[in-house]
Amino acid sequence: MYPTTYRRPRTLAEAKAMFADAENASFLSGGHTLLPALKLRLASPSDLIDLGAIPELRGIKVEGRSVVIGAMTVHAEVADSPLVRQHIPALAGLAGSIGDRHVRHRGTMGGSVSNNDPAADYPSGVLGLGATVVTDKRRILADDFFTDLYQTAREPGEILTRIEFPIPDTAGYAKFVSPASRFSIAGVFVSRTGKAVRVAVTGAGSGGVFRATDFEKALAADFRVEALANCTIDPGNMMGDQNGTPEYRANLVLVMARRAVQNMGAITVCK
Amino acid sequence: MTTVSMTVNGEKVSREVEDNIFLAYYLREALGLTGTHVGCDTTQCGCCVVHMNGTSVKSCTVLAAQAEGATVTTIEGLAKDGQLHPLQRTFHECHALQCGFCTPGMIMAGVDLINTYPGILDENVVRHEMEGNLCRCTGYHNIVKAILKAAAEMRPASVGDAAE
Repeated sequence: MYPTTYRRPRTLAEAKAMFADAENASFLSGGHTLLPALKLRLASPSDLIDLGAIPELRGIKVEGRSVVIGAMTVHAEVADSPLVRQHIPALAGLAGSIGDRHVRHRGTMGGSVSNNDPAADYPSGVLGLGATVVTDKRRILADDFFTDLYQTAREPGEILTRIEFPIPDTAGYAKFVSPASRFSIAGVFVSRTGKAVRVAVTGAGSGGVFRATDFEKALAADFRVEALANCTIDPGNMMGDQNGTPEYRANLVLVMARRAVQNMGAITVCK
Repeated sequence: MTTVSMTVNGEKVSREVEDNIFLAYYLREALGLTGTHVGCDTTQCGCCVVHMNGTSVKSCTVLAAQAEGATVTTIEGLAKDGQLHPLQRTFHECHALQCGFCTPGMIMAGVDLINTYPGILDENVVRHEMEGNLCRCTGYHNIVKAILKAAAEMRPASVGDAAE
Protein backbone atom coordinates (compact mmCIF):
# COMPACT_ATOMS: atom_id res chain seq x y z
CA MET A 1 0.00 0.00 0.00
CA TYR A 2 1.33 3.42 -0.93
CA PRO A 3 1.91 5.95 1.87
CA THR A 4 -1.15 7.96 2.81
CA THR A 5 -2.35 10.28 5.56
CA TYR A 6 -5.05 8.88 7.83
CA ARG A 7 -7.67 11.34 9.09
CA ARG A 8 -10.51 10.75 11.51
CA PRO A 9 -13.14 13.50 11.51
CA ARG A 10 -15.79 13.61 14.27
CA THR A 11 -18.44 15.49 12.29
CA LEU A 12 -19.70 15.60 8.72
CA ALA A 13 -18.57 19.20 8.39
CA GLU A 14 -15.06 18.27 9.47
CA ALA A 15 -15.02 15.37 6.99
CA LYS A 16 -16.03 17.66 4.13
CA ALA A 17 -13.42 20.27 5.07
CA MET A 18 -10.70 17.59 5.16
CA PHE A 19 -11.76 16.33 1.74
CA ALA A 20 -11.70 19.82 0.28
CA ASP A 21 -8.25 20.54 1.72
CA ALA A 22 -6.64 17.30 0.54
CA GLU A 23 -4.94 16.84 -2.79
CA ASN A 24 -6.61 13.55 -3.66
CA ALA A 25 -8.62 12.11 -0.77
CA SER A 26 -10.74 8.98 -0.43
CA PHE A 27 -13.43 8.46 2.17
CA LEU A 28 -12.93 5.26 4.15
CA SER A 29 -15.99 3.45 5.52
CA GLY A 30 -15.62 -0.18 6.62
CA GLY A 31 -12.57 -0.54 4.40
CA HIS A 32 -13.35 -4.11 3.37
CA THR A 33 -13.18 -3.29 -0.31
CA LEU A 34 -11.06 -0.16 -0.35
CA LEU A 35 -8.22 -1.38 1.87
CA PRO A 36 -7.65 -4.62 -0.10
CA ALA A 37 -7.66 -2.51 -3.30
CA LEU A 38 -5.08 -0.16 -1.77
CA LYS A 39 -2.89 -3.14 -0.82
CA LEU A 40 -2.86 -4.04 -4.50
CA ARG A 41 -1.83 -0.46 -5.26
CA LEU A 42 -4.87 0.04 -7.46
CA ALA A 43 -5.21 3.56 -6.05
CA SER A 44 -3.06 5.98 -4.09
CA PRO A 45 -5.17 8.51 -2.20
CA SER A 46 -3.16 11.27 -0.51
CA ASP A 47 -5.55 11.11 2.45
CA LEU A 48 -7.89 8.47 3.85
CA ILE A 49 -10.77 10.17 5.61
CA ASP A 50 -12.30 7.60 7.97
CA LEU A 51 -16.05 8.14 8.41
CA GLY A 52 -16.15 5.67 11.32
CA ALA A 53 -16.17 8.21 14.15
CA ILE A 54 -19.16 10.29 12.99
CA PRO A 55 -22.07 9.15 15.18
CA GLU A 56 -24.88 10.53 12.98
CA LEU A 57 -23.91 8.15 10.14
CA ARG A 58 -24.87 5.07 12.18
CA GLY A 59 -28.07 3.56 13.41
CA ILE A 60 -31.38 2.05 12.34
CA LYS A 61 -34.85 3.50 12.88
CA VAL A 62 -38.34 3.43 11.42
CA GLU A 63 -39.68 6.75 10.11
CA GLY A 64 -43.22 6.69 8.77
CA ARG A 65 -43.40 3.74 6.37
CA SER A 66 -39.63 3.47 5.87
CA VAL A 67 -36.72 1.74 7.55
CA VAL A 68 -33.90 4.28 7.68
CA ILE A 69 -30.36 2.95 7.98
CA GLY A 70 -27.27 5.10 8.57
CA ALA A 71 -24.63 4.70 5.87
CA MET A 72 -21.93 3.59 8.32
CA THR A 73 -24.09 0.86 9.88
CA VAL A 74 -22.22 -2.43 9.59
CA HIS A 75 -23.75 -5.53 7.96
CA ALA A 76 -23.93 -7.42 11.28
CA GLU A 77 -26.05 -4.65 12.84
CA VAL A 78 -28.51 -4.72 9.93
CA ALA A 79 -28.64 -8.53 10.00
CA ASP A 80 -29.32 -8.63 13.76
CA SER A 81 -31.60 -5.58 13.95
CA PRO A 82 -35.06 -6.46 15.38
CA LEU A 83 -36.52 -3.51 13.38
CA VAL A 84 -35.13 -4.69 10.03
CA ARG A 85 -36.03 -8.30 10.78
CA GLN A 86 -39.58 -7.30 11.61
CA HIS A 87 -40.23 -4.93 8.70
CA ILE A 88 -37.98 -6.16 5.84
CA PRO A 89 -36.69 -9.62 6.82
CA ALA A 90 -35.23 -10.18 3.34
CA LEU A 91 -32.98 -7.14 3.82
CA ALA A 92 -31.78 -8.41 7.20
CA GLY A 93 -31.14 -11.78 5.55
CA LEU A 94 -29.27 -10.14 2.67
CA ALA A 95 -27.00 -8.29 5.12
CA GLY A 96 -26.41 -11.52 7.04
CA SER A 97 -25.34 -13.31 3.85
CA ILE A 98 -22.52 -10.92 2.93
CA GLY A 99 -18.94 -12.20 3.24
CA ASP A 100 -18.31 -13.86 6.58
CA ARG A 101 -19.02 -12.87 10.20
CA HIS A 102 -15.74 -10.94 10.60
CA VAL A 103 -16.36 -9.02 7.36
CA ARG A 104 -19.91 -8.27 8.53
CA HIS A 105 -18.50 -6.76 11.72
CA ARG A 106 -16.65 -4.10 9.68
CA GLY A 107 -18.24 -3.76 6.24
CA THR A 108 -20.84 -1.00 5.92
CA MET A 109 -23.99 -0.52 3.87
CA GLY A 110 -22.90 2.91 2.62
CA GLY A 111 -19.51 1.61 1.58
CA SER A 112 -20.99 -1.28 -0.36
CA VAL A 113 -23.60 0.88 -2.07
CA SER A 114 -21.10 3.63 -2.97
CA ASN A 115 -18.67 1.12 -4.39
CA ASN A 116 -21.41 -0.53 -6.52
CA ASP A 117 -19.45 -3.72 -7.15
CA PRO A 118 -21.40 -5.66 -9.80
CA ALA A 119 -21.48 -8.73 -7.54
CA ALA A 120 -22.31 -6.94 -4.27
CA ASP A 121 -25.59 -7.79 -2.52
CA TYR A 122 -26.74 -4.40 -1.23
CA PRO A 123 -27.27 -2.67 -4.60
CA SER A 124 -29.98 -5.23 -5.45
CA GLY A 125 -31.70 -4.61 -2.11
CA VAL A 126 -31.56 -0.84 -2.56
CA LEU A 127 -32.85 -1.00 -6.14
CA GLY A 128 -35.29 -3.86 -5.48
CA LEU A 129 -36.94 -1.97 -2.63
CA GLY A 130 -36.99 1.35 -4.48
CA ALA A 131 -34.97 2.98 -1.71
CA THR A 132 -33.82 6.58 -1.54
CA VAL A 133 -30.11 7.25 -1.06
CA VAL A 134 -29.54 10.37 1.04
CA THR A 135 -26.27 12.29 0.92
CA ASP A 136 -25.03 15.42 2.66
CA LYS A 137 -26.34 17.35 -0.37
CA ARG A 138 -29.45 15.67 -1.80
CA ARG A 139 -31.81 12.74 -2.05
CA ILE A 140 -31.28 10.29 -4.93
CA LEU A 141 -33.74 7.60 -6.00
CA ALA A 142 -32.17 4.15 -6.33
CA ASP A 143 -33.25 4.13 -9.99
CA ASP A 144 -30.97 7.14 -10.59
CA PHE A 145 -28.16 6.18 -8.22
CA PHE A 146 -26.51 3.13 -9.81
CA THR A 147 -25.13 4.25 -13.15
CA ASP A 148 -22.61 1.59 -14.31
CA LEU A 149 -20.05 -0.93 -13.01
CA TYR A 150 -18.50 0.63 -9.89
CA GLN A 151 -20.17 3.91 -10.86
CA THR A 152 -22.87 5.84 -9.03
CA ALA A 153 -24.43 9.30 -9.12
CA ARG A 154 -22.38 10.22 -6.03
CA GLU A 155 -20.02 13.09 -6.82
CA PRO A 156 -16.46 13.47 -5.47
CA GLY A 157 -16.64 14.74 -1.90
CA GLU A 158 -20.32 13.82 -1.52
CA ILE A 159 -21.03 11.66 1.52
CA LEU A 160 -23.81 9.08 1.83
CA THR A 161 -25.54 9.70 5.14
CA ARG A 162 -28.41 7.21 5.14
CA ILE A 163 -30.65 5.05 2.99
CA GLU A 164 -34.44 5.07 3.34
CA PHE A 165 -36.10 1.75 2.50
CA PRO A 166 -39.88 1.88 1.98
CA ILE A 167 -41.42 -1.05 3.85
CA PRO A 168 -42.88 -3.47 1.26
CA ASP A 169 -45.74 -5.90 1.79
CA THR A 170 -43.21 -8.63 1.22
CA ALA A 171 -39.73 -9.14 -0.22
CA GLY A 172 -37.38 -12.01 -1.00
CA TYR A 173 -33.79 -12.45 -2.12
CA ALA A 174 -32.20 -15.46 -3.80
CA LYS A 175 -28.60 -15.73 -4.89
CA PHE A 176 -26.31 -18.31 -6.43
CA VAL A 177 -22.80 -17.81 -5.08
CA SER A 178 -19.37 -18.67 -6.42
CA PRO A 179 -18.05 -21.51 -4.25
CA ALA A 180 -14.63 -19.80 -4.11
CA SER A 181 -15.31 -16.10 -3.65
CA ARG A 182 -18.86 -16.44 -2.28
CA PHE A 183 -19.84 -13.42 -4.37
CA SER A 184 -23.09 -13.75 -6.29
CA ILE A 185 -22.98 -15.10 -9.83
CA ALA A 186 -26.62 -14.04 -9.93
CA GLY A 187 -28.72 -12.55 -7.15
CA VAL A 188 -32.33 -11.45 -7.51
CA PHE A 189 -34.19 -9.23 -5.05
CA VAL A 190 -38.00 -9.18 -5.42
CA SER A 191 -40.37 -6.89 -3.53
CA ARG A 192 -44.13 -6.42 -3.71
CA THR A 193 -46.00 -3.41 -2.36
CA GLY A 194 -49.69 -3.40 -3.21
CA LYS A 195 -49.79 -4.19 -6.91
CA ALA A 196 -46.30 -2.85 -7.59
CA VAL A 197 -43.49 -5.36 -8.02
CA ARG A 198 -39.78 -4.60 -8.28
CA VAL A 199 -37.15 -7.13 -9.37
CA ALA A 200 -33.49 -6.13 -9.12
CA VAL A 201 -30.61 -8.30 -10.32
CA THR A 202 -27.03 -8.25 -9.09
CA GLY A 203 -23.94 -10.29 -10.00
CA ALA A 204 -25.05 -10.89 -13.57
CA GLY A 205 -25.52 -7.73 -15.61
CA SER A 206 -22.68 -6.33 -17.71
CA GLY A 207 -23.64 -2.85 -16.52
CA GLY A 208 -24.02 -3.79 -12.86
CA VAL A 209 -27.27 -3.99 -10.91
CA PHE A 210 -30.43 -3.62 -13.04
CA ARG A 211 -34.21 -4.03 -12.90
CA ALA A 212 -35.75 -6.95 -14.77
CA THR A 213 -38.79 -5.01 -15.97
CA ASP A 214 -40.36 -7.93 -17.90
CA PHE A 215 -40.29 -9.98 -14.71
CA GLU A 216 -41.88 -7.07 -12.83
CA LYS A 217 -44.75 -6.80 -15.30
CA ALA A 218 -45.41 -10.54 -15.28
CA LEU A 219 -45.37 -10.72 -11.48
CA ALA A 220 -47.49 -7.57 -11.10
CA ALA A 221 -50.18 -9.27 -13.19
CA ASP A 222 -49.89 -12.60 -11.35
CA PHE A 223 -47.59 -12.92 -8.35
CA ARG A 224 -46.78 -16.59 -8.73
CA VAL A 225 -43.73 -18.49 -9.97
CA GLU A 226 -45.77 -19.68 -12.96
CA ALA A 227 -46.07 -16.09 -14.16
CA LEU A 228 -42.34 -16.13 -14.99
CA ALA A 229 -42.75 -19.08 -17.39
CA ASN A 230 -42.46 -16.95 -20.53
CA CYS A 231 -39.89 -14.47 -19.18
CA THR A 232 -36.34 -14.45 -20.47
CA ILE A 233 -33.18 -12.40 -20.00
CA ASP A 234 -31.09 -11.31 -22.96
CA PRO A 235 -27.60 -12.87 -22.64
CA GLY A 236 -26.31 -9.86 -24.56
CA ASN A 237 -26.65 -7.83 -21.35
CA MET A 238 -24.95 -10.41 -19.10
CA MET A 239 -21.38 -10.66 -17.84
CA GLY A 240 -19.23 -13.56 -18.93
CA ASP A 241 -16.27 -14.68 -16.80
CA GLN A 242 -14.75 -17.75 -15.15
CA ASN A 243 -17.91 -18.14 -13.07
CA GLY A 244 -20.25 -18.47 -16.00
CA THR A 245 -21.04 -17.54 -19.58
CA PRO A 246 -23.63 -14.84 -20.39
CA GLU A 247 -26.12 -17.57 -21.41
CA TYR A 248 -25.58 -19.43 -18.13
CA ARG A 249 -26.12 -16.23 -16.15
CA ALA A 250 -29.25 -15.32 -18.13
CA ASN A 251 -30.77 -18.66 -17.15
CA LEU A 252 -29.54 -18.35 -13.56
CA VAL A 253 -31.29 -14.97 -13.18
CA LEU A 254 -34.58 -16.61 -14.09
CA VAL A 255 -33.97 -19.50 -11.68
CA MET A 256 -33.06 -17.13 -8.84
CA ALA A 257 -36.12 -14.98 -9.55
CA ARG A 258 -38.30 -18.10 -9.22
CA ARG A 259 -36.62 -19.10 -5.98
CA ALA A 260 -37.01 -15.61 -4.53
CA VAL A 261 -40.74 -15.63 -5.37
CA GLN A 262 -41.10 -19.11 -3.87
CA ASN A 263 -39.46 -18.00 -0.63
CA MET A 264 -40.72 -14.48 -0.01
CA GLY A 265 -39.98 -13.05 3.42
CA ALA A 266 -36.57 -14.69 3.54
CA ILE A 267 -33.36 -15.24 1.63
CA THR A 268 -32.30 -18.26 -0.34
CA VAL A 269 -28.58 -18.90 -0.78
CA CYS A 270 -27.72 -21.51 -3.43
CA LYS A 271 -24.23 -22.97 -3.69
CA MET B 1 3.58 8.84 11.25
CA THR B 2 0.81 8.69 13.83
CA THR B 3 0.94 7.72 17.47
CA VAL B 4 -1.58 4.92 17.89
CA SER B 5 -2.72 3.98 21.39
CA MET B 6 -4.98 1.12 22.35
CA THR B 7 -5.55 -1.47 25.06
CA VAL B 8 -4.19 -4.86 24.02
CA ASN B 9 -4.87 -7.87 26.24
CA GLY B 10 -5.63 -5.54 29.13
CA GLU B 11 -2.48 -3.41 28.80
CA LYS B 12 -2.39 0.14 27.52
CA VAL B 13 0.08 0.44 24.63
CA SER B 14 1.18 3.28 22.41
CA ARG B 15 3.46 3.19 19.35
CA GLU B 16 4.33 5.58 16.57
CA VAL B 17 3.63 3.91 13.22
CA GLU B 18 3.08 4.81 9.57
CA ASP B 19 -0.52 5.66 8.66
CA ASN B 20 -0.70 2.75 6.20
CA ILE B 21 0.24 0.05 8.74
CA PHE B 22 -2.44 -2.57 9.40
CA LEU B 23 -3.46 -3.74 12.85
CA ALA B 24 -2.03 -7.25 12.26
CA TYR B 25 1.42 -5.77 11.64
CA TYR B 26 1.08 -3.35 14.55
CA LEU B 27 0.42 -6.33 16.82
CA ARG B 28 3.15 -8.51 15.34
CA GLU B 29 5.93 -6.05 14.61
CA ALA B 30 5.39 -3.06 16.90
CA LEU B 31 4.20 -5.10 19.92
CA GLY B 32 5.89 -8.45 19.20
CA LEU B 33 2.60 -10.36 19.57
CA THR B 34 3.31 -12.87 16.82
CA GLY B 35 0.43 -15.19 17.74
CA THR B 36 -1.74 -13.26 15.30
CA HIS B 37 -0.83 -14.70 11.90
CA VAL B 38 -1.05 -13.18 8.45
CA GLY B 39 -2.03 -15.87 5.95
CA CYS B 40 -3.53 -14.47 2.76
CA ASP B 41 -3.40 -10.73 3.56
CA THR B 42 -6.53 -10.42 1.36
CA THR B 43 -9.36 -10.67 3.95
CA GLN B 44 -10.13 -14.29 3.15
CA CYS B 45 -8.30 -16.81 5.34
CA GLY B 46 -9.06 -15.51 8.83
CA CYS B 47 -5.63 -16.35 10.33
CA CYS B 48 -5.40 -12.74 11.55
CA VAL B 49 -8.72 -12.64 13.45
CA VAL B 50 -8.56 -10.72 16.74
CA HIS B 51 -11.28 -9.13 18.87
CA MET B 52 -11.67 -5.38 18.61
CA ASN B 53 -14.15 -3.67 20.92
CA GLY B 54 -15.85 -6.98 21.54
CA THR B 55 -16.27 -8.33 18.02
CA SER B 56 -14.09 -10.41 15.74
CA VAL B 57 -12.25 -8.60 12.92
CA LYS B 58 -9.72 -9.54 10.28
CA SER B 59 -6.79 -7.48 11.52
CA CYS B 60 -5.08 -7.52 8.11
CA THR B 61 -7.94 -5.32 6.89
CA VAL B 62 -8.12 -2.80 9.72
CA LEU B 63 -5.58 0.01 9.81
CA ALA B 64 -3.75 0.33 13.12
CA ALA B 65 -4.90 3.96 13.15
CA GLN B 66 -8.54 2.82 12.93
CA ALA B 67 -7.99 0.93 16.19
CA GLU B 68 -6.98 4.11 18.03
CA GLY B 69 -8.56 3.94 21.49
CA ALA B 70 -9.89 0.41 20.89
CA THR B 71 -9.80 -2.58 23.20
CA VAL B 72 -8.11 -5.47 21.42
CA THR B 73 -7.74 -9.10 22.47
CA THR B 74 -5.33 -11.43 20.69
CA ILE B 75 -4.68 -15.14 21.13
CA GLU B 76 -2.02 -14.21 23.73
CA GLY B 77 -4.74 -12.63 25.88
CA LEU B 78 -7.08 -15.62 26.17
CA ALA B 79 -5.37 -17.73 28.83
CA LYS B 80 -5.92 -16.43 32.37
CA ASP B 81 -3.66 -17.14 35.37
CA GLY B 82 -1.84 -19.93 33.56
CA GLN B 83 -5.11 -21.67 32.64
CA LEU B 84 -5.91 -22.14 28.96
CA HIS B 85 -9.19 -20.71 27.72
CA PRO B 86 -11.76 -23.55 27.39
CA LEU B 87 -11.54 -23.37 23.57
CA GLN B 88 -7.73 -23.55 23.64
CA ARG B 89 -8.04 -26.63 25.85
CA THR B 90 -10.66 -28.34 23.65
CA PHE B 91 -8.54 -27.64 20.53
CA HIS B 92 -5.81 -29.62 22.31
CA GLU B 93 -8.15 -32.37 23.49
CA CYS B 94 -9.88 -32.79 20.10
CA HIS B 95 -6.65 -32.51 18.11
CA ALA B 96 -8.20 -29.62 16.18
CA LEU B 97 -4.98 -28.60 14.44
CA GLN B 98 -2.21 -30.05 12.37
CA CYS B 99 0.28 -27.41 11.20
CA GLY B 100 -1.26 -24.85 13.55
CA PHE B 101 -0.96 -21.81 11.30
CA CYS B 102 -4.71 -21.08 11.19
CA THR B 103 -5.23 -21.98 14.86
CA PRO B 104 -4.99 -18.51 16.49
CA GLY B 105 -7.56 -17.12 14.05
CA MET B 106 -9.76 -20.20 14.40
CA ILE B 107 -9.76 -19.91 18.18
CA MET B 108 -10.43 -16.15 18.20
CA ALA B 109 -13.27 -16.68 15.70
CA GLY B 110 -14.63 -19.63 17.71
CA VAL B 111 -14.58 -17.64 20.97
CA ASP B 112 -16.46 -14.77 19.27
CA LEU B 113 -19.00 -17.26 17.93
CA ILE B 114 -19.56 -18.95 21.30
CA ASN B 115 -19.80 -15.60 23.10
CA THR B 116 -22.14 -13.85 20.70
CA TYR B 117 -24.21 -16.28 18.61
CA PRO B 118 -27.80 -15.71 19.72
CA GLY B 119 -29.35 -19.09 18.77
CA ILE B 120 -28.56 -22.76 19.33
CA LEU B 121 -25.03 -23.70 18.28
CA ASP B 122 -24.94 -26.98 16.42
CA GLU B 123 -22.64 -28.50 13.84
CA ASN B 124 -24.32 -26.81 10.86
CA VAL B 125 -24.29 -23.40 12.49
CA VAL B 126 -20.64 -23.71 13.49
CA ARG B 127 -19.60 -24.79 10.00
CA HIS B 128 -21.55 -21.93 8.44
CA GLU B 129 -20.41 -19.26 10.88
CA MET B 130 -16.76 -20.33 10.60
CA GLU B 131 -16.81 -19.71 6.82
CA GLY B 132 -14.38 -16.83 7.21
CA ASN B 133 -11.59 -19.06 8.52
CA LEU B 134 -9.73 -21.42 6.24
CA CYS B 135 -7.75 -24.48 7.33
CA ARG B 136 -5.75 -26.37 4.70
CA CYS B 137 -4.85 -29.36 6.92
CA THR B 138 -7.61 -30.71 9.10
CA GLY B 139 -10.74 -30.88 6.96
CA TYR B 140 -12.42 -28.89 9.78
CA HIS B 141 -14.03 -31.87 11.50
CA ASN B 142 -12.08 -31.66 14.75
CA ILE B 143 -12.22 -27.85 14.75
CA VAL B 144 -16.02 -28.04 14.75
CA LYS B 145 -15.91 -30.67 17.50
CA ALA B 146 -13.61 -28.55 19.65
CA ILE B 147 -15.86 -25.49 19.29
CA LEU B 148 -18.98 -27.47 20.21
CA LYS B 149 -17.20 -29.06 23.16
CA ALA B 150 -16.08 -25.68 24.51
CA ALA B 151 -19.52 -24.23 23.84
CA ALA B 152 -21.11 -27.06 25.84
CA GLU B 153 -19.01 -25.91 28.82
CA MET B 154 -19.37 -22.17 28.27
CA ARG B 155 -23.09 -21.99 27.34
CA PRO B 156 -24.60 -25.43 28.05
CA ALA B 157 -28.20 -24.24 27.62
CA SER B 158 -27.85 -23.44 23.92
CA VAL B 159 -25.70 -26.10 22.28
CA GLY B 160 -26.91 -28.79 19.91
CA ASP B 161 -25.38 -32.22 19.44
CA ALA B 162 -21.65 -32.45 18.91
CA ALA B 163 -20.41 -33.94 15.66
CA GLU B 164 -19.31 -37.55 15.99
